Amino acid sequence: MLAVLASYRTLLGKKGAMAITGAALFFFLIGHLLGNIQIFFGPEHLNNYAAFLKSTGEVLWLLRAGVLACFLLHIYSSLLVTVANQQARPQGYAAKRSLETSAAARTMIYTGSMVLLYVIYHLMMFTFLRTGPGYSPHDVYRNVVLSFQQPAISAVYIAAMLLLGAHLFHGAWSMAHTLGLSGPGYKPWRRMVGPAVAAAIVAGYISIPVAVLAGWVR
Amino acid sequence: MKLTLRIWRQDGPRDKGKFVAYPVDDVAEDMSFLEMLDVLNERLTLKGERPVAFDSDCREGICGACGFMVSGVAHGPQKLTTACQLFMRHFKDGETVVVEPFRARALPVLKDLIIDRSALDAIVQAGGFISARTGSAPEANAMLIAKPVADRSMDAAACIGCGACIAACPNASAMLFTAAKVSHLGLLPQGQPERRQRALRMVAKMNELGFGGCSNHGECEAACPKGISIDFIARLNRDYLSGSLFEKPEPLSSV
Repeated sequence: MLAVLASYRTLLGKKGAMAITGAALFFFLIGHLLGNIQIFFGPEHLNNYAAFLKSTGEVLWLLRAGVLACFLLHIYSSLLVTVANQQARPQGYAAKRSLETSAAARTMIYTGSMVLLYVIYHLMMFTFLRTGPGYSPHDVYRNVVLSFQQPAISAVYIAAMLLLGAHLFHGAWSMAHTLGLSGPGYKPWRRMVGPAVAAAIVAGYISIPVAVLAGWVR
Repeated sequence: MKLTLRIWRQDGPRDKGKFVAYPVDDVAEDMSFLEMLDVLNERLTLKGERPVAFDSDCREGICGACGFMVSGVAHGPQKLTTACQLFMRHFKDGETVVVEPFRARALPVLKDLIIDRSALDAIVQAGGFISARTGSAPEANAMLIAKPVADRSMDAAACIGCGACIAACPNASAMLFTAAKVSHLGLLPQGQPERRQRALRMVAKMNELGFGGCSNHGECEAACPKGISIDFIARLNRDYLSGSLFEKPEPLSSV
């Protein structure tokens, strides 16, 4: 146990922490999506699900605390790693050509920061109900429909999900590789499976504002 | 063919350094990049100027002494090739070629294109010894090793320690180098007793020397003249993470 904490002193240990917390947040994203898309089954279905979540009491708070802890450790580690990485090459190249990496991989710290900002806004709107057009704490369905009927709110949501998609495009595979879950046949996982999973998650989330704007969900 | 070389010139470790453009008008396409620099250097010497300093030894792509950035790519545009085996037929007439040293805080520039790679030796040293018996050569079939395992170990052992992986990495990380060194022993039965401890020590040393961390960009694998796969990095991660779960921690200063 002590050795695990000691390993955090190295960049590889910090990356390990980022991969584990990243994986936890990744599974949270899938769980949250499975909850949210119940909006397509009608108001009662979604509101019953929301009521069920609230009825779990301590369990819900435990899960929330876990997600928050993962978020904080993921962000804290990423800042330490980013600073160390920049310090590792004080003088850059006059000419540098990338052969393999992607734009998504090079902008992880930026897409991550934008997603963080959006998560704060998202919590203010749907959890604390402090912003947005007149919400009810008991009618989740109504809250979602009312907000996404406003094109600006939907546009911000879709933009944030695309940034999240860019983050997952690299992150989905990267966390597996960092945890050593990779082998000689890693290329298809990196090029196809990781991005496909990221695209599926993002498409799932974006389908909700699109359905509201199109009038399919009202 | 005619080329313009923009070469990084730096008098010593403390000098600020700058790019100087050198037109070379009679480059033969069968010259290697280093032979072209040799021709340039002879001319500079005749003119009384200081020749361009660069490292080289075997000039057949197996020693790891040479290496610099050629127009933004470590060892130049040809895949699986060191700078000494890079031939001028891969360049276009009239092209401007930027030649600069590998850059990383842990691999400081000594002079022009020469860098100090002793940090790589320090990582290998931190790995320590293996507890295999030495002495006269053992009986060839005393310890059976499956062919695919021996092949994988050899793939890792192909690392020539040139530093291209670090130079190409956006984070100046030495993960591919360290992963190759950890894996060529870690794959063989002789390397098992110290396998995790070796990973812990070498990663700690790499960290202490100021190399960056791995972001899984894959630039190292693309630049490696020996084609060493980042799959070995995943292997190092396994050894390191399982080591940190099951081995006693050592203070960083003892490594």
